[in-house]
Amino acid sequence: MLWRLALSSMRSRGLTVVLTALAIALSVALVLGVEKLRLGAKISFADTISDTDLIMGARTGGVQLLLYAVFRIGAVPNTISWDSYQQIAARPDVNWIVPISLGDSHRQFRVMGTTPAFFDRYKYRSGRDLTLRDGAVMSDLFEAVIGADVAETLGYQIGDPIVVAHGVASFVQHEDTPFRITGILDKTGTPVDRTVIVGLEAIEAIHVDWQDGAQRPGTPTPPETLRQMELQPKAITAALIGVQSRLQIFTLQRAINEYPSEPLMAIIPGVALQELWGIIGIAETALLAVSVIVVVTALLGMAAMMLAGLSARRREMAILRALGAGPGTIMGLLLAEALFIAAIGAVLGIGLLYAGLVVAQPWLDVAYGIFVPISGLTPRDLLTVLAVLVAAALVCLIPAWRAFRISLADGMSVRN
Amino acid sequence: MAPPVTIRDLRFDWPGGRFGLDVPAFDLPSGAKMMLTGASGAGKSTLLALICGIVQPQAGRVDVAGQPMSGLPPRARDRLRADQIGIIFQQFNLLPYATALDNICLPLRFSPRRRAQVSNPRDDALSLTQALGLPDDLVLRAKSTDLSVGQQQRVAVARALLGAPPLIVADEPTSALDVDAQAEFLDLLFAQVTQMGASLLMVSHDPALAPRFDIVQPLAKIAMPRRGAA
Repeated sequence: MLWRLALSSMRSRGLTVVLTALAIALSVALVLGVEKLRLGAKISFADTISDTDLIMGARTGGVQLLLYAVFRIGAVPNTISWDSYQQIAARPDVNWIVPISLGDSHRQFRVMGTTPAFFDRYKYRSGRDLTLRDGAVMSDLFEAVIGADVAETLGYQIGDPIVVAHGVASFVQHEDTPFRITGILDKTGTPVDRTVIVGLEAIEAIHVDWQDGAQRPGTPTPPETLRQMELQPKAITAALIGVQSRLQIFTLQRAINEYPSEPLMAIIPGVALQELWGIIGIAETALLAVSVIVVVTALLGMAAMMLAGLSARRREMAILRALGAGPGTIMGLLLAEALFIAAIGAVLGIGLLYAGLVVAQPWLDVAYGIFVPISGLTPRDLLTVLAVLVAAALVCLIPAWRAFRISLADGMSVRN
Repeated sequence: MAPPVTIRDLRFDWPGGRFGLDVPAFDLPSGAKMMLTGASGAGKSTLLALICGIVQPQAGRVDVAGQPMSGLPPRARDRLRADQIGIIFQQFNLLPYATALDNICLPLRFSPRRRAQVSNPRDDALSLTQALGLPDDLVLRAKSTDLSVGQQQRVAVARALLGAPPLIVADEPTSALDVDAQAEFLDLLFAQVTQMGASLLMVSHDPALAPRFDIVQPLAKIAMPRRGAA
C-alpha cells in the first residue's frame, strides 16, 4: 500500500519526475555509450593492420617503427639496404614480403612507394581487403592510387595529376615528374585513407636527378628515359612480412633483430599496437571522466529536485507521521523514490543507448572508421548501472536526511 | 481500563528555547468527550504533540492507555500512536494524490493492532463513510482534492476511527467549516465516537461548541506556557 501511495505521489509530480528520469537516462546512455565507443575504437585501432605477422625496419623503438610504417607519423630514422631486404625476402620461412618506401609527401599526405602486392597483402579489421572505389591499381611508373581521405580532402578524381613534394612539409617539388591518379580506395578507417600510394620504382625515378636532398643542376631526365632505366631501389624504409607458419614468427623476428650486417628490427603489429594504445589511452580516461561528471550532474539534479520538493511535501510527511509512520519510514520513502526514478532513468538510458547505436553505427564506421559492435551489456556495463543506482541512493541521502529532520521538528503540525 | 491520557509533572521546551510548556497534572477519563479551549499560542498544538508522542518532554511523564508514551524509544512511540490514537487535523488531513479509501485505510499499514480489529478494510471503511454520509462512489474513486472541505473532514474522521483506536484527538476540526456544517460534523463525530466506545480529546477556540462536551477545560488551567528570552 505504501508503494502504491509512493507511486501515486510521484504521478502527481509527473513532469518533474519524468524530466529528472530523462536527465538520468541521458547520462546513463552517455556513460555506457562512451564505454561502447571506447571498446569499438580500441578494437578498430588494434585492427588497423591484420594478417601481417611482422613489420621490419631499421633498428629503432617498436612504437616508432609502428608509427612511421603503419600510421605514417614521425620521421624515418634509417633505411634498410636493398641487399638486406633481398636476403630476408629469400629466407624459407618468409611467405611473402612487401617493401615500403616513405619520405616524400603530397600536401599534408604522405607518399608511400610499394609493390602491387601491397593491395593483396595489406588487410585490416580481421582480414578485410583494400578495395578500389574507383579506377584501378597503378600499372605505369607515374601512376598513383590515393586513399579515400586524400581524394575527399583535395577533391581529386581519376586522371587528375599530382606533384609529389620532396620530403615532408617541404616546398621543393618533383615538378618535372608529375603522377596521374588511376585509383581511389574505399574508406577503411586506417592510415591508408591518408596515403598516396605509388610504385616502389617511382620513388626511385623521381629521385634520379636528385642528390643530397637537392635537385642536380642541368636538364632533368625526361620521363621517357626514366621508364627505360633500371630503377632498383638502393634502400627501403620498412617491409610487411607474412611467415609460412605462425610458429616461425618468433624465429624470424629474432633472425631479423640479430641480422649481422645491418641494425634491423622486426615487431609483431598486434603487440606494438597494444603498446601504442596504452600511450594514447589517456584520452579514453578523460572521456570516461567527462561522462562520469555528467552522471554526477544528473544525480545532483535529482537531489536538488527532491530537496526543492520537500517544503511542498511537509504536509504529506506530517500526515504520515500522525498516522504512525516513523521518521525512518519517511526517509525510506524518499530513498525508494530516488531509487525508483534512477532505475527508470537507467532502463530508459539503456534503451537510448541501443537506439543511438543503431542510428550511429553506420555513420561512425564511414566517417571515422570506428566499428562499434551492437552487443549485449557487458558485466562492466551492468556494474556501471549498479553504481549509478547506488550513487543515486547516496546523493538522495541529503534530501532524505532533511526530510527526517523536518518530520521530527514539524511533528503533527507544519511549523514554518 | 486504563485512562486514555494521564500527564504528571511534565516539562517541555521546543529546541531553541522559543517556547515551553509545563503541565503539572492532566487526566482524560475513559470514555469522556473533553474539550480544551484556548487562544492560539496557548500551547494547544504542543500539548497534542506531547500526547501523541511526536515530541518528548524533558521531564515528567505522559501515559497513553496505561503505557508510558514519554518513556519509550522513538519507534515504540510511533507504534503506540498508531495503535491507540486516531488524529484529526484542522484541515488538509488527506494525502492529495490518493483516493479517500486509501487515505482511510492508511493507519492500518502502521498498526497491526488496528488491522486486526478490522475484518475487511474496504467494507469497514465503507460502512464508516456511509454512517458519515459520504457516497461510496466518492470514497472509492474521487481523489481527495476533488472533495469539499466538509467531505474531507468526514473522511478524516473515518480514518481516525477505522480499527477502533481508544483515543481520538482532534485539533480544531471544525474551524474550516461553516456553522451548519460544524453542527452536522460534530453530530456525526460524536455518534461514531460513542458507538466505538472511544474517548475524545478536542481542541477548539469556539465556546459555542462547549455544551456538547462532557468536560470543558480551559487550556490555561492545565498548561502553563513559557516563552523563552530568544
